[in-house]
Order: sequence, then C-alpha cells, then structure tokens
Amino acid sequence: MSGHTPTRRAPLLTIYSVLVFIFIYLPVAVLMLYSFNRDGVGGFPPRHLTLEWYRLLFADAPIWDAVGNSLIVAAGSVALSLTLGLLAALALDRATFPGKALFRRLVLLPLILPGIITGLSLLMFAVFAGAQLSLLTVFLGHGTALISVATTELFAGLQKMDHAQEEASLDLGATPWQTFWRVTLPNLKLSLIAAGLLIFTLSMDEIAVSFFLIGRDNTLPLEIWGRLRRGITPEINAVSTLIFAVSVALIVIWYRVRTRGLGSDAQELLERLQQDA
Amino acid sequence: MYSRAYKTLVSLPPLLWVGLFLLLPYALMFAHSFWAVHEGVLVHQWNLHNYVTLFSKPVYLGVLLRTMRIAASVTLCSLLLGYPLAYYLSFHARARKELLYQLVIVPLWVSYLVRGYAWKTILGSEGVLNGFMQYLHFTHAPVAFLLYSPFAVVLMLTHIYTPFVFLPIYAALEHIPRPLVEASHDLGAGSVQTFLRVILPLSIPGLLAGATFAFVLSLGDFLAPLLVGGASGTMIANVVQSLFGAAYDLPLGAAISVCILIITISLLFLSERLEKRWSFK
Repeated sequence: MSGHTPTRRAPLLTIYSVLVFIFIYLPVAVLMLYSFNRDGVGGFPPRHLTLEWYRLLFADAPIWDAVGNSLIVAAGSVALSLTLGLLAALALDRATFPGKALFRRLVLLPLILPGIITGLSLLMFAVFAGAQLSLLTVFLGHGTALISVATTELFAGLQKMDHAQEEASLDLGATPWQTFWRVTLPNLKLSLIAAGLLIFTLSMDEIAVSFFLIGRDNTLPLEIWGRLRRGITPEINAVSTLIFAVSVALIVIWYRVRTRGLGSDAQELLERLQQDA
Repeated sequence: MYSRAYKTLVSLPPLLWVGLFLLLPYALMFAHSFWAVHEGVLVHQWNLHNYVTLFSKPVYLGVLLRTMRIAASVTLCSLLLGYPLAYYLSFHARARKELLYQLVIVPLWVSYLVRGYAWKTILGSEGVLNGFMQYLHFTHAPVAFLLYSPFAVVLMLTHIYTPFVFLPIYAALEHIPRPLVEASHDLGAGSVQTFLRVILPLSIPGLLAGATFAFVLSLGDFLAPLLVGGASGTMIANVVQSLFGAAYDLPLGAAISVCILIITISLLFLSERLEKRWSFK
C-alpha cells in the first residue's frame, strides 16, 4: 500500500521530530554524563571524568539497604497483585455477581487517580486500623494499587483465550482444579510474565503512594528523594544511571517476551483503561 | 460451564480484598471530608464546613486555578510535541517506523524520579544549563529563575507526559485508512488541506485521549512541584499534602482530595463521551 502512496518529503517536520527526540532523551543523557564528572553536578563542560562516584555508591550502605527493601516490596507486590488480579480477571470473565460493574471500575481507580489520593486514603485506613507504618504497609499499598495492572493484563489474556480448550478438558473428565493448572494457567503464561514485569517495574519506581505509607525503612526512590533535600551530588546521578540501565534491561526482556512489541502493550493498557474508566 | 463453587472461589477473595483495602480507604477519605478538627483533635461531626471553606477562601481557589493553568500548559505543550512526532512516524518515517516507535515508548517506563531529577540538575543556578550558557558567554551570572518556578514544573511534566500523549494519537493516525488520504490527494487537495480536512478530524479521538491523560496526570501531581516548583510552583496536591502533615487539618485536606477526584473522574467521563462522538465507524 505505502508503495503507491507518494510520501512527500517534509524536511521541517523531520527536523522538528529530531528536536522532540532530543528533548525526550537529552535530560537523561546529561544526567548520565555528569555521573562521571569529578567536579559535581553542574558546570560546563564536564571535565576530569572519573568513576569515583560509582565507587562511593557501591560503598554506600543505606542505598543498598534501600535497594534491598525495594526488591522485597516489589517481589511481594508482584505475588500479591498477580494472585488477586488473576482471581479478579477470572471473576470478571466468568462470574456474575451484584456490583460487578462497580468492582471493575473500583479496581482500576488507583491507576486513574493521582497517587496522592490513593496514598492518603491508605494512610487514613492504616491509622484507622491502628497499623504501624512500615515496609509492610508500603507492600500492602503497592500490592493493592497494582491489582489494577494485573487485572487489566490478565483479563485481556483471558478474552483472547480459546475457551473450547477448557471445555474439552472438563468434558474429558479433568476436575476444575486440574483444568485450571493444566489449561488455564499455561495459556496465560505470557500475560502473567508481562504483568509481573510491569508490576515489578512500577513498584520499584513508585513514590507517590510510598511517600505516605513509609515507616523507618526507606525504599530506593524515597532514599533518593530524602537525599535530594540535603543537596545533590553525582552519586545520585550514578544511582539514577544504574536505575535507568536496569529499567531498559527489563524493557528489553519484556519486549522479547512479547514479540508483538512493547509499544502495543502500553498502548493496549492505555486503551483498555480508557474504555474501563 | 463453570460451577457455582468455582465462581464463588474466584470472586470472593478479590472482592473482599478490594472492598477492605480500596473501597474502605476511599470511603474513609470521603467521610473525613465531612468531619471537623477542633483544637487539634478530629471530631466525627458531620458538616459541610470544609467545602464552604474550600470555595470561599481565595487561597485554595487560587492554587486550584494555578494548578489547572499548569495542567493545561502541560497538555498543550505535550500535544505540540507529541502530535507532530506521531504524524511524522505514521506518515513519513517508513522503514525506521518501528525503531523510532520503540524509542518513544522506552522513556514511558523509565523512572519518574530519574527524569525529574535530571531537570533539577539541568535547570539549577549552578546547573548544567547555566554552566553551558556561561561557557558560551551568553550570560555572565547564573540565571536563577529557571528552577523553582511554574515554568520548571511545566517543563518537567511535559517531558514526562509527551510519550503518554504520543501513544493514543499515533494509534489513531495508524487507524486512518490510507485510501482516504490518497483519495484526498487524487481529488486535488494539497498536503495542508488533506491534513486539516481528513487526517486531523479522524485523529480527534486519539488527541482527546492523550490530552485527557496529560491533564489528569498533571492535575494531581505533587512531586514535580516539590522537586522543581518552589513556592511559586505549588500545586493543589501540595496543599493537600501540607494539610495532612504540618497544618494538620485532615478534613479540609480530604475535601480537596474529593474535589480532585471528582474533577478527574468527570474529565475522563467527558472525554470518553466526546471520543465516541468523534470516532468514525
């Protein structure tokens, strides 16, 4: 088709698009560059490139404690939200119950509403329930808020699934339990991995909800946030560079998992959110 | 095909969990907005006082208006950056399309904090931009107004939400049947005319979706103002945050939260309606 369409040259549009790409990528590039700068975060041009800040970073115990905390919270959130999200997706796909439409919208609220509203609501709930703020409350917050992502992804996976397979399994004498483990779950493998990676990434980076639910132990974003108030050093650039590298690595993995392409996922998620809202 | 027990088993846990950990907290927020604080103690006395305060004190309305202005600027800037980029990718990028598309998507998944922090280091009075301008002898003393201003907030949020805006617009442009565009050209319309009369109207649903995302996400942001906004860049969510912290007036903070919630949900609802009207079948 495009072979017939005379694509006209558009030099101005091309230049403009290049500029937009520069706008999107330049800040992160600058941030990375200055993580190697001996003389601090400002000034131009950066002179005396050094790995000193990375050495400091690797010797910085509080940062690594925070990384550990974030990993625990993220792993827990993946487990919690995938489990509940899977059940919710099955319920939405197969069951009818009073308030189904309301439930569907309610689950998605944390993705649509500003983080501060969800964070403060959960904080009031914690106070109301007499719970101590700790990593546990952060984990409950992330796990609950991210059920939205799990439900959306897994519901889409279920909709694409061929229900005849499950029927055949049941007809051939498998129990519903066996059918679930041997037919339903394997069919959802890709959606589960994709949702898990997405939830992990979002939890590792989450700051708005954690901000209100955090106790004594910091997650990585909140540790960095706390340091920003005390003044900035290239050590923060160094840790940001590493976060960037890990995010991109996860994205590439996800991209490999879903050969359809990463963009279509993000796209679909946004579209589904819109429809559900 | 699925038994009653199966249905109950899959429905009950998420229903209970979401009821306890989402519905109840949101309901608590709503209830707080009708309570009051007397001498630093929360009293469960139902009243509308918080909403009256909210709409009668110019401070709150002022911040709310500023927040709307900032969110509108972010939306406009993101559209100005995102739309042409989507148009370029959809109609002119040819073989590079896939790669460029992925390049726009990647930043979507890169830490909000990392991107916000990058702007802080660039805009500061001892930051990279000032160093650069002095190096080129554009300026001799650091320019201080860049950081800690509404401008910095708009810049940072635009940077973050441009890929968000790009996505639905690109999808809408990709869904436009190419024969329509060819027909327009064949019937003698120029590029500009084809764009204005064929492509733009058909991409309105995507444009609306992108604009809504940018506006709604900016509206409730409290981190960007804390990071790069300073006092003059304070937004409504920062007011909420301070009411829940130092100022300790939970009911008033809850009332403002409820307002943000209502604005957000009505905008999403409105945009969905408009999209349906503009979508072609």
